[in-house]
Amino acid sequence: METPPAAFVACLECDLLHRRTPLPPGGEARCKRCGARLYRAAPADANERALALALTACILFIVANAYPIVGLDVQGVRNSATLFGAVESLWDDEARAVAVLVFVTTILVPAAELIGLTWVLLALRQGERGYGAVPLLHFIESVKPWAMVEVFVLGVLVSLVKLAHIAIIEPGVALFSFGGLMLFIAAASAAFDPDAAWSQLEATQ
Amino acid sequence: MNAVPTAAGMGLLSCEVCRLVSRAPAPGGDAHCPRCGATLHARKPASLARTWSFLIAAMLLYVPANTLPIMDTSSLFGTQRDTIVSGVAFLWTSGSFVLAALVFFASVMVPLAKMIALAVLAGSVQVRSVRNRRTRTRLFRLVEFIGRWSMLDIYVVTILVALVQVNTLATIHAGPGAAAFGAVVVLTMFAAASFDPRLIWDMQEEGERP
Repeated sequence: METPPAAFVACLECDLLHRRTPLPPGGEARCKRCGARLYRAAPADANERALALALTACILFIVANAYPIVGLDVQGVRNSATLFGAVESLWDDEARAVAVLVFVTTILVPAAELIGLTWVLLALRQGERGYGAVPLLHFIESVKPWAMVEVFVLGVLVSLVKLAHIAIIEPGVALFSFGGLMLFIAAASAAFDPDAAWSQLEATQ
Repeated sequence: MNAVPTAAGMGLLSCEVCRLVSRAPAPGGDAHCPRCGATLHARKPASLARTWSFLIAAMLLYVPANTLPIMDTSSLFGTQRDTIVSGVAFLWTSGSFVLAALVFFASVMVPLAKMIALAVLAGSVQVRSVRNRRTRTRLFRLVEFIGRWSMLDIYVVTILVALVQVNTLATIHAGPGAAAFGAVVVLTMFAAASFDPRLIWDMQEEGERP
């Protein structure tokens, strides 16, 4: 076989081998046997956009964690909770496994993913390899399924409806920040072009 | 009919992290991606055995996850224990039909459907089925995408426990069902991640050979 292996792409879902061909702008290549996504024609500034979105998400993440998500007013008695405070209540309530699960999926993994992505994109923008860029990209890929900010936002909304029967609900700053964070994380990972990042990392090796 | 050109069939390995296709080294040694350094394997190692193990563990824990209370509410009027299903029933009877349907879907339907789907997928590979390969691949994609939404109830309990404390007339505590339910979600996610959809297509190729 004369063609170098790198000229091919294999479907991750059925292993069918395809030759990489240039796509029209905005185009997407799908596997001809099982229909899975192979690669897409990302705009040239895709990773610039991804960086801007990821930086915004970082700021929203800080706000979302610094302020209470929701306040409760029961006959003049007020109670409010930040996300970390909620994790602490679970921990103190002897529901430690659940506390760890919530901490990992809503704070630890999203933070690691955002910081890692921002770091790698910043380094690539400077035309550098950046310290730890390769393991970081690996890490981002492998932990992605465990970041569940969007599920958490829905969970907060459901709990608000449940509480609305017994108390006055005061949505906090962090509730809206989490809503925004959910959108910006999704937008950043949709804009991110891993193909370009990997070939750029290879070129600066 | 010639064999379908797959990476494995051509002696190539594709990286699951950066997707670079490279030539497989001589058998014996560990293969690493020349670009990103990830460990390469033609198929996920021990895919079926791992999928079944995680799946069976999830099925066992599904019982306590649904029978034990995920939440205790204590107030002046006594203690109320809520399981996942009774929480849905409460939402329904209090008039929040959309929300009740949503929670029912995320907490009852999704975990159950996911476990059945994974059992069907692993089972069909086990018996070397060559039928409906495209549909089964789609089913796997759906399982991967939808599984995370089962965490919904865990987050609902988290917020309720944090807000409804001693000074608010009632107190809400997380019940043992919550940990079991969380474990079911985590285990089914591991089961889905262990399953290699390429196995669905391997069977056909073997069948095609004379």
